[in-house]
Amino acid sequence: MIVGVPKELVAGERRVGATPKTVKRLVKQGFDVLIESNAGVEANYSNDDFESVGATIVPSAKELYSRAQIILKVQAFEEEEIEYLQKGQVTLSYLNPGQNEALLQKLASKGVNAIAMDAIPRISRAQKMDVLSSMANIAGYRSVIEAANHYGRFLNGQITAAGKVDPAKVLVIGAGVAGLAAIGAAKSLGAIVRAFDTRMEVAEQIESMGASFLTVDIEEDGATDSGYSKVMSKEFIEAEMALFKEQAKEVDIIITTAQIPGRKAPELILDYHVAAMKSGSVIVDLAASTGGNCTLTKDGEIYTTENGVTIIGKLDQLPSQASQLYGNNLCHLLDDMGKAEGFNIDMEDDVVKRAMVTFDGKVNWPPEPLPVSPQKPKVESKEAVPEAVGKKEKSIWSSLINLGIIGAGLYMLALVAPPEFMGHFTVFVLSVFVGWQVIWNVSHSLHTPLMAVTNAISGIIIIGGLLQTKDNLSDPMTILASIAILVATINIVGGFLVTHRMLKMFRK
Amino acid sequence: MISSQIQIASYLFASILFILSLGGLSSQESAKKGVLYGIIGMIIAIVSTVLGEGVHGHIYIIVAIAIASLIGVAVARKVEMTAMPQLVAILHSFVGLAAVLVGFGSYLDPHTQELTGTLKNIHYVEIFIGVFIGAITFTGSVIAWGKLEGRIRSKPLIYPGRHLVNIVLVLFCIVLCVLFISAPGTTGMVFLIVMTVISCFIGIMLVMAIGGADMPVVVSMLNSYSGWAAAAAGFMLGNDLLIVTGALVGSSGAILSIIMCEAMNRSFWSVIFGGFGDAPKGEAMQVTGEVTATDHEAVAELLKEAKKVVVVPGYGMAVAKAQYPIFEMVERLQKNGTAVHFGIHPVAGRLPGHMNVLLAEANVPYDIVLEMEEVNEDMDETDVVLVVGANDIVNPGAENDPNSPIYGMPVIQVWNAGKVIVMKRSMATGYAGVQNPLFFKDNTDMLYGDAKDSVLKINGHLS
Repeated sequence: MIVGVPKELVAGERRVGATPKTVKRLVKQGFDVLIESNAGVEANYSNDDFESVGATIVPSAKELYSRAQIILKVQAFEEEEIEYLQKGQVTLSYLNPGQNEALLQKLASKGVNAIAMDAIPRISRAQKMDVLSSMANIAGYRSVIEAANHYGRFLNGQITAAGKVDPAKVLVIGAGVAGLAAIGAAKSLGAIVRAFDTRMEVAEQIESMGASFLTVDIEEDGATDSGYSKVMSKEFIEAEMALFKEQAKEVDIIITTAQIPGRKAPELILDYHVAAMKSGSVIVDLAASTGGNCTLTKDGEIYTTENGVTIIGKLDQLPSQASQLYGNNLCHLLDDMGKAEGFNIDMEDDVVKRAMVTFDGKVNWPPEPLPVSPQKPKVESKEAVPEAVGKKEKSIWSSLINLGIIGAGLYMLALVAPPEFMGHFTVFVLSVFVGWQVIWNVSHSLHTPLMAVTNAISGIIIIGGLLQTKDNLSDPMTILASIAILVATINIVGGFLVTHRMLKMFRK
Repeated sequence: MISSQIQIASYLFASILFILSLGGLSSQESAKKGVLYGIIGMIIAIVSTVLGEGVHGHIYIIVAIAIASLIGVAVARKVEMTAMPQLVAILHSFVGLAAVLVGFGSYLDPHTQELTGTLKNIHYVEIFIGVFIGAITFTGSVIAWGKLEGRIRSKPLIYPGRHLVNIVLVLFCIVLCVLFISAPGTTGMVFLIVMTVISCFIGIMLVMAIGGADMPVVVSMLNSYSGWAAAAAGFMLGNDLLIVTGALVGSSGAILSIIMCEAMNRSFWSVIFGGFGDAPKGEAMQVTGEVTATDHEAVAELLKEAKKVVVVPGYGMAVAKAQYPIFEMVERLQKNGTAVHFGIHPVAGRLPGHMNVLLAEANVPYDIVLEMEEVNEDMDETDVVLVVGANDIVNPGAENDPNSPIYGMPVIQVWNAGKVIVMKRSMATGYAGVQNPLFFKDNTDMLYGDAKDSVLKINGHLS
């Protein structure tokens, strides 16, 4: 099988479908790899880099398309590229199938089997191929770096000889992959981070990243089966807007990441929010390309409003890193499809049947829905609470009753037992308690030596034998006692020695 | 000859030393001192007894102690660390045997015959109980030894109505006890012997009914029994040192049993009364996905790139004696700047703490050997987990499949790590006979073959 990686034609696209590392993996999977000359230059990968890991450099796109059976690309195909495509060729790239019906038609009529990487279903098995996640991660990270760059102040709080510096406050809206990555990056730069999301289930994830979860006082969960959020009710949106207004006055940086696949991004930061922000604040809008979460965002531009708020509608792609992750996603998919030798298109496969948007001359879109959101065990937690309370009350009573039984038992025993026995019994019970306290402190890793040493000291039963030995060997007591002494001594000597041997081995 | 007051003082001192000895085991640093306390306590106890009043036949005592010491030294020197469970089991049987013998001796003792009234009754009951516990400990430990040694099938031997049979036997023993007490002179001997035979049988059946995976619980339980047997002998002889020591050992074994049972999410009673839990309530969850195999070179590459590695050993590591090459691998990785830890499940191996001893034998420093909770906390940040010869203790079914027989057992959550490599001889199930969904996870790769060979090959690729 031959895999071809052409140069991207779309202006501003600096990524590439493969990097030397992923080429190495592809070669290991058994593929021959063709790279169009200079395909990786924008992402800092030279032709030599590719050749050194076993790829062949091809001078023109035309030649590449005519030789390769599988095409690895980032952006959807341009007119020029569609010309080159051949029947039966498999392509892996972004296609944005929801909005690109005409393109799908064209690909289908050419007989191309096109996989839309942006249509990989969000199920756990396909996480390793999910380009939306891997690219969103980069965007989230970069959004914070970009914001810090334009913010013009420290993000972390400091106490210096020249005075105290307050930490910056960052608000992240939408805690998907990008949002969480942004929270992580902002947090590690030292900022105070807050995050908002309509899906209640992500509260825990937000908090685990070190941000505080903001919420409105209306009970409504935005989670859906697709893993994306739904459109919320009017009351909810009003409360949300009020919350953002409050926050806008306070925070220094707002990062918005709310996107709905195949639709215009929701408008979350309106003009009055921006007006409320302090001069010098920054808004990074990761949804700029789909209309923007902020109404004032200009796609592909960075500008400052009249009241001094910088709105960033374009992000650097980190092309080298992004290509690496994107390339890994592609490798995983090819691996899943059977590598070079066993490569086949299995339209029964949950992932392939949804991502393969054109197959065998037909458009295969939209796919059947697939639920992924984790089930929340809501009901359980509600029931558990009163039960626990009941148990507590019960346990006090039951322990009182138990104590009563024990006391009565001891009293009964005292009625029949001679005083001598009671003395021994006292010693016995107290020893059990001492043992109980002492043994719980023994380190788990020393349980085997503990058993060996208790073995040794339980050889104390030797005393029984010692007391019973008689002067006369023909006395059965002497024989019994001698055997008892014999086995008990083996226990004592063997037990202590083996414990010592074991403990000697433990070292730091 | 020393006076009885001095003897009591010596016993008290010995008791204190024994308590300090067990207390010393709370950390590795103080453990060696603890053993020394134990030895001193034992010497004081023996010497003060022998020097005390009423001890005869010193020559026999010395001969018996000398012979036994030689045997003890030979055994302790020779035993391999993988064979520790067997040694511990057989040593338990000795205590049981000694308790039986002391019980018989006490019955034959002329002083016993002179007793009358309540004192006599109580003393006879003490003898009876001491022999009963001793005999169960004796045969139970012998069977446990046989199972651990592989001489007896480790599969549980369960027959219908066995609980009923055991209850009837115990009731019968109580009847024998009544007859025994009322028998004049030494004519009660026959009842004592019949009871001994019955309790030997109970001991055998008790352990035969317990499967291989439950061995850690059984051994700790027998540890506890051997303590109670010594305590019972103490009551018989009216000797407080025996009572104290027996109680210490008895509660130690009981605590270990409880820890083991908690680690397997089994009730103590269900283990003692045999069989592996109750039958699962329904069909086990269908395992979906594919098992992917990997090779040694790929694993070595993975380890080279990893920042944080956790090794989870199981009994398979002990069988293959893979701990030595594993430590070599760990050293190489550490040189490479990788943080490597071992994660030990409380029931890994055949004895509580067995894995720790095996790793210590291979020179693994104990500060990189962590407990289950400690590794679980950091599992998200772990890049690679190597599972060596373990199965049930890393089974995700224990957490998410209510129909799994091991559901609810705490396990090491290896699947939360970036990548899991499972070293195993084949796809066979573990002791619990449960399929392991871990093997079918996307981030799990299988490395088939003998653990030792596999690790050696990985080491080859690491250098």
